[in-house]
Amino acid sequence: MTAVQEKPKAVVPAGPPPRRRGKRATALAGTDKLVLALMLGIPTVVHLLFVWIPTLGSVALSFSRWNGIGGLEDIEWIGVGNYVEIFTEYPRFWPAVQHNLIWLLFLLIVPTSAGLLLAVLLDREIRFSRIYQSALYLPMVLSLALVGFIWQLIYTPDGGLLNSVLGLGDDPVDWIGDSDINLYAVLVAAAWRHTGYIMLLYLAGLKSVDPALKEAAALDGASSAQTFFRVTFPVMKPVNIVVLVVTVIEALRAFDIVYVINKGRNGLELLSVLVTDNIIGEASRIGRGSAVAVVLLTISLGFIITYLYQVFSKENRT
Amino acid sequence: MTATLERAPVSKKRPVTPARVALHVFLVVTCLMTLAPLLWAVYASLRTYDDTSVNGYFSIAKSLTFDNFAKAWEIGDLPHFYWNTFLITVPALVVTLLLSSMVAFGVSRFSFKFNIALLMLFTAGNLLPQQVIVTPLWRLYRLIELPAWMSESESLIDSPLGVILIHIAFQMGFCTFVLSNYMKTIPYELTEAARVDGASVFRQYWQLTLPLCRPVLAALATLEFTWIYNDFLWALVLIQDGDKMPVTSALQNLRGTFFTDNNLIAAGSLLVALPTLVVFFVLQRQFVGGLTLGSTKG
Repeated sequence: MTAVQEKPKAVVPAGPPPRRRGKRATALAGTDKLVLALMLGIPTVVHLLFVWIPTLGSVALSFSRWNGIGGLEDIEWIGVGNYVEIFTEYPRFWPAVQHNLIWLLFLLIVPTSAGLLLAVLLDREIRFSRIYQSALYLPMVLSLALVGFIWQLIYTPDGGLLNSVLGLGDDPVDWIGDSDINLYAVLVAAAWRHTGYIMLLYLAGLKSVDPALKEAAALDGASSAQTFFRVTFPVMKPVNIVVLVVTVIEALRAFDIVYVINKGRNGLELLSVLVTDNIIGEASRIGRGSAVAVVLLTISLGFIITYLYQVFSKENRT
Repeated sequence: MTATLERAPVSKKRPVTPARVALHVFLVVTCLMTLAPLLWAVYASLRTYDDTSVNGYFSIAKSLTFDNFAKAWEIGDLPHFYWNTFLITVPALVVTLLLSSMVAFGVSRFSFKFNIALLMLFTAGNLLPQQVIVTPLWRLYRLIELPAWMSESESLIDSPLGVILIHIAFQMGFCTFVLSNYMKTIPYELTEAARVDGASVFRQYWQLTLPLCRPVLAALATLEFTWIYNDFLWALVLIQDGDKMPVTSALQNLRGTFFTDNNLIAAGSLLVALPTLVVFFVLQRQFVGGLTLGSTKG
């Protein structure tokens, strides 16, 4: 809350306020100061109240035992008990961690390399480039929930496209019912949607690379592969960081697609599912769910800070 | 693929080399594979239940019909759910852009101590996984009581207003970030001159800065429309009455209504996807532009 309280003070300059042509931007009339304080204050309060206060709430509740239904006075504070429980006893926790990790690795390898390859291929004077791009971007506008629905038509053992194409019509594989393979089936669907986004990020990144660099490398006798891996790719470091962060966040948020498929059970457990199960599912152990949420928060904060550092350190320099 | 990686000499008329042909073949195949799941859904949606139950889905259609769409529209009560979505998306979109443009204006046009800290707070908030927020939010919403004219349920839970509020709070991060980056590119002298001429802060924002931001606002509106429309989690958790859910979250219940008729599910899914597909085809430039702005600038 400190930010809110201190902001109006920050806008107020020291000294007599209504001084025209004073220091740039700091000399503001009284009403202007108030208007500016409101313009910054209202959105900040809304953002803090609905985003950051609940985030802190998750941290607090992770140290409690509570069913979430009763009043706040029913909250029983039990210290780190929930963490001990999820790490040692809760049977769904480690599978979920493993699935989230596989999710992340898969997204970092498959759609990222596919997106990068397509971006490199399309980042040249090539005919029909726009049409290709449109087709590849298209899955991006669909919600992951819808992606789940659409891909079920492909995976279903009941006349699904994949079994038919593979000639398994008589002895179909249950791609999303079999807990050994369903995670990968779902990941292919998720990657289908993610690839276009990565391609878009890399296309923008490639455009920002100074062509003179590539020319210089070519003059020095580098092959195009060498130029790409030794010059272009390293220069795109900011884009690589954005891609990394976007992918990590996407992997941690993954929820909709497994929820529409089977509510995140039977091989599709994810950390996000363990959290939401306590509110809309069968479990109602707010404390335990919050401890899982804090695990998610801890992992994501590391990447969020990396991202902020990348983006805002540039800002400070200018 | 190495052969195709070689940069062709820059000339208007390029000779048709085998490498170019290979490149185009590869791209065409990739694009078709990308479109295949959607085309398959379209194909399934146009066939009758009798046809596919006898011949299977992997067969030549006996006849094509739009009946499934009409049926899904009616059985699924889709107009009702589209309306729910509309009631959430439009206010959320407008207020998000309004509030984030205010913050962006403040931090990009005036310098004070907490500029960057404030911007970082918003940007970080937008990157949090929603599950970190959702449990306390759900409980908070049950605590906040509202008069009946604001919410039928008399609290923020089970009310479109609650979903609108979290969309605004959450999406503001991204929009503020993009808008402030854009506003920084507007010459400082412009607002400075207006200020010297006696324009109030609000006029500098509303009549000078916002009109200059039209292209970004259009891009953000396009993006935010798809994101809010596509939201599944917030409405699923914060709205308990299935009847009040927006269309994306209602999908889950629709499946029960459609039973196991895959043709109907395909038609229903496509109908739900339609608004975002239309936006994509009509406003693709804005959509792509918005995403690019949000990622590379700054």
